[in-house]
Amino acid sequence: MNQETLLVGLAGVLAAAAPIIFAVLGETLSERAGVINLSMNGTILLTAMSGFAVAYTTDSLLLGFLAGMVIGALVALVVAFASITLKQSQVAIGFVLALTCRDLAYFLGNPFMGVSGPRLQAMPIPALSAIPIIGPLFFRQELSTYISYIVIFLAWLWIFRTRPGLMLQGIGEKPAAAYIRGANVNVMRYVYTVIGGALIGLAGPTYSLGVRAGWMGTISGLDGIGWIALSITIFGGWNPARAAFGSYLFAFLQWLGLVLQPVLTQVPSQVLQVAPFPLMILTLLLVNIGDAEWVERTLAAMPETTRKFMAKLLRAMRASPPAALGVPFERD
Amino acid sequence: MNVELKNIHKHFGKTYANKGINLSVRSGSIQGILGENGAGKSTLMKILSGFIQSDPGGEIILGGNSVVINSPADAIHVGVGMLHQDPLDFPPMRVLDNFLLGRSGGLFPNRASVRQDFLDLAKQFDFSLDPENYVDALTVGERQQLEIIRLLWMGARVLILDEPTTGISASQKQKLFITLKKLAEQGMTIIFVSHKLEDVEFLCSQVAVLRAGELVGEMKPPFDTSKLVEMMFGKVVTLGERQPAQTGETILALQDVSLEDVRLKIKNANLDLKAGEVVGLAGLEGSGQGLFIRACAGLVRPVGGKVFLKGKDLTGKPYHTFKRGGVNFLPASRLEEGLVPGLTLTEHFILAEEPTAVFIDRAAGQRLAEDRIKSYNIRGTPTSTVESLSGGNQQRAELALLQSPLSLILLEHPTRGLDIESVIYIWSKLKDRCKKDGAAIIFISSDLEEVLQYSDRLLVFFSGEVSEPIDAATTTVEQLGQLIGGKGWPQKGDVNA
Amino acid sequence: MLKSRLSGFIFQLIAFFLALGFVSLILVAVGASPFDAFKNMLNGSIGSMRKFAEVLVSFVPLLLVTAGLLITFSAGLWNIGVEGQIVLGAIGTTWVLRLFVDSSVHPAIVIILSIFGGMAAGALWAAFAGALKTFGGVNEIFGGLGLNFVSTALTLYLIFGPWKREGVASMSGTEPFPDVFALPQVPDLRISLWSLAIAGVAILIVYFILQGTYFGLKIKAVGKNIRAAYLLGIPTWQYSLYSFLICGALAGAAGALQVTAVYHRLIPAISSGYGYLGLMVAMLVNYQAIWAIPVALFFAALNIGSIQLPILMHLDSSLSGVLQGVLVLFVLLTEGVRQKFVKKV
Repeated sequence: MNQETLLVGLAGVLAAAAPIIFAVLGETLSERAGVINLSMNGTILLTAMSGFAVAYTTDSLLLGFLAGMVIGALVALVVAFASITLKQSQVAIGFVLALTCRDLAYFLGNPFMGVSGPRLQAMPIPALSAIPIIGPLFFRQELSTYISYIVIFLAWLWIFRTRPGLMLQGIGEKPAAAYIRGANVNVMRYVYTVIGGALIGLAGPTYSLGVRAGWMGTISGLDGIGWIALSITIFGGWNPARAAFGSYLFAFLQWLGLVLQPVLTQVPSQVLQVAPFPLMILTLLLVNIGDAEWVERTLAAMPETTRKFMAKLLRAMRASPPAALGVPFERD
Repeated sequence: MNVELKNIHKHFGKTYANKGINLSVRSGSIQGILGENGAGKSTLMKILSGFIQSDPGGEIILGGNSVVINSPADAIHVGVGMLHQDPLDFPPMRVLDNFLLGRSGGLFPNRASVRQDFLDLAKQFDFSLDPENYVDALTVGERQQLEIIRLLWMGARVLILDEPTTGISASQKQKLFITLKKLAEQGMTIIFVSHKLEDVEFLCSQVAVLRAGELVGEMKPPFDTSKLVEMMFGKVVTLGERQPAQTGETILALQDVSLEDVRLKIKNANLDLKAGEVVGLAGLEGSGQGLFIRACAGLVRPVGGKVFLKGKDLTGKPYHTFKRGGVNFLPASRLEEGLVPGLTLTEHFILAEEPTAVFIDRAAGQRLAEDRIKSYNIRGTPTSTVESLSGGNQQRAELALLQSPLSLILLEHPTRGLDIESVIYIWSKLKDRCKKDGAAIIFISSDLEEVLQYSDRLLVFFSGEVSEPIDAATTTVEQLGQLIGGKGWPQKGDVNA
Repeated sequence: MLKSRLSGFIFQLIAFFLALGFVSLILVAVGASPFDAFKNMLNGSIGSMRKFAEVLVSFVPLLLVTAGLLITFSAGLWNIGVEGQIVLGAIGTTWVLRLFVDSSVHPAIVIILSIFGGMAAGALWAAFAGALKTFGGVNEIFGGLGLNFVSTALTLYLIFGPWKREGVASMSGTEPFPDVFALPQVPDLRISLWSLAIAGVAILIVYFILQGTYFGLKIKAVGKNIRAAYLLGIPTWQYSLYSFLICGALAGAAGALQVTAVYHRLIPAISSGYGYLGLMVAMLVNYQAIWAIPVALFFAALNIGSIQLPILMHLDSSLSGVLQGVLVLFVLLTEGVRQKFVKKV
């Protein structure tokens, strides 16, 4: 493989990761506030379809992306209402929405199947795109890819560097402590769930108006992306930088699968494409195993120095979710 | 700033947490609030700090102005800051972020200047806190220090501290007291909530005592300890007739057992418990007695020492091995840990029998339930779900679940929140089971009278320290009250001398 | 108690009509007549014996999966990995059938063996998710999802790899097995009474496990309060694993029947989404095993009834999924409203 194709391939990885990044960061924001939005898989499909449909009908890419964000926000609003106001199980409501939105996408998208519509074009950035290697890699992308770079940075900046972002961390960690510091916990949870939903809703049009332009119904190949994004959220440890790394890693592994296919003719492409999954399970295992009771008991039986070392090791590996994730907040 | 509380009432459902409390605290003074667990201290302070609101009719006057405090944010706005017993901070975040969180200002906080403010304040009180450290790496004492300077930075002029000396080291306590005195000299109003007599007497310029939701008395130095104890725990206590312990074989033996959890370390606890004996564990909540009783149940694995049940070494064995040996544990939170909400009484009794058959014998279950309901005087039917029972009846149901044969009953707050009738009933049942099965009892209670009344010996816990077993018959409520407050601790071994 | 049950029923009725109303709105929005759509769905599912037989074909795996999920739900577990457990059931069955396809063993015995093989494979796959949960602290939702993807990949690998058809491998699946290895079907209809019987027996067994056995009672205790169950002496982690095993075995049976009674081969989409649909049915019936029968039948009827919509009305057949999902959604929401605004009796 020469350098040219390698660069094109890697640039493709950056583009393919963009929608995943939107979804993962949207979920990260929502979960940082304490709300799991499990509807993601359905939301991505529904927004991909509706984004494409709107862009096709109005011939406006902007309206297509906007439609995706609005629908993503609306679905998230249902999750927020059911879990925050009605105190129903976030898992149940999210799961049902995941399935319903998926079927709704297939149902409503029927007339748009296979039609060719508008799509984003590559937008090389003057000057920057001329830089060797870096230029073709980063700066000859579609607009959505540039936006994904910005969103990673903004999300990271917001969570870790701004005042409201600090409060967001607090709300997901210990709502009571955030409350005594002046946060209106439940209102903020609504706000972040809806904003997160809008970001997830950006993922769909990024597929249907860019990375995988068009709407192909059940063979769009988008079913499952949302579940992948959920695992990457955990892998990312609720940190936008680590989450972006996870998204790129995933997109890279998928690309690698395609590249290796001619070499490994024995292995069907679908197998290579799910190769990240056993890895993902292994990662989740490593970040979670410290919580298991048998580990605790085994540790107690060890001599003091080993105990301290092991405890430290497990602690370093683990990615702690926001402590109040999924826990309703009441003032008293 | 002077603080005045007028006619503060607060009730939760049927229980009154505060009944018409009037209290006034002068600027520059350190006001102690004394009272046993559940006396209403925390409720009163939560009202002042905006965490909860009092019933209509009460008034809070700060510096001469009547104020309405609807939230903690309101409270700090008018200058009232509270240091909670369990620090309300964010353990996985950095010290500086914790310090900064909640302070209003621009989108991007100026970390350099915040850091400078932080270091200045820390230096002023001689706290050595690293702003870049993570809070979960700090001790409870350091977390308090962080919270104190945060509240000062937020503009607190009234500082409420709820049981601040629980779980901190002696040197940290000393530093805390120096800080508080310094703050009072600067004109701050300090409200110090505790039931540690020693601390209150040492620190406070005035003490108010709460009991059962009411303010029962106030005192200025010099303090009369025995009078304070009497105010805290009610009139001179009349102990019922004690029965001498009928002791038999050794049930449980702990040899140099060491325990650890995130907050506490207990070192080298020893106990030799005989059949028929009742041992009470006294101490402020979170002093180590919970960890101790869970270790006796096999729920916590000791990091050192040996645990023997009826002569068998069970060190490090799981809870179910202990349970097969006849150890039953009744936790404090009945609906969270003790019973299964959603299941009926019959289903509980069936489960507790540890059935080995396949199909449920409904008729037998029904008979069993009716029998138990009768003999434990439970107000409920076999098909009542446990959450529909009253607290006293839930506790009776838990007793009715005790397996037989039984060798050791471990109870956490067996009578908390129960009316006197239930208390007497439950203890008579417990003593019955004890006698019948040749079992022993270990229980935790924050009710000192209960501890003295029903135990033969007792262990006192104070910040992870465990006393040698003390003879309950020769101990008075006053002595015990001082001991759990950390006062008058003898060298180990001297207690009965 | 009676009053709360009554209010629950009323709210479920409200939810049902809200769902119908919502879906009607969607239909109107796409320019279709809701009345015609519902009529066609009704016709398409129970309009003829043949169609109803198709409903039953769809009902069998759905009921089996739901039966299994009732056990894991009772144990407080979200066994989303059930999709993969169906797939593994199908793989296990195909594997056993392939082993014996050229042997002289009596086909009936081979079929029985293959179904047990499928159940074992499903249970094994569920045990993975269970072990990840109980020993590794990996939430069963994520462990399960990951295993679902792995199982799909495994199917594709087998279809395109070691088990590929003579000539060219294709998405149409492995080489079909000879007819003697199929469960006997009712003449002219695709439904096998055997598989119907297996599903019926499964739901009855689950009903009795949950209603009448100590085992079921312990499972319920673990699901409702795992701490208290542990203190009462129940080895909770074992019971969590048992519930995974049972659910996996039943899901495996569903996969096995898809191979032996419906497709007679392994195809890529062998699970057909019955796992996720089963989760919805189990959610809807709220631990009441007997109700699983009518609800699963209703959901299966929606599935089959919508198949003809593309031809008759140019509507996508996923309308059934929308209706099913919206129905569960409204049931959840109205239940939330009831808990919040109606005083508990």
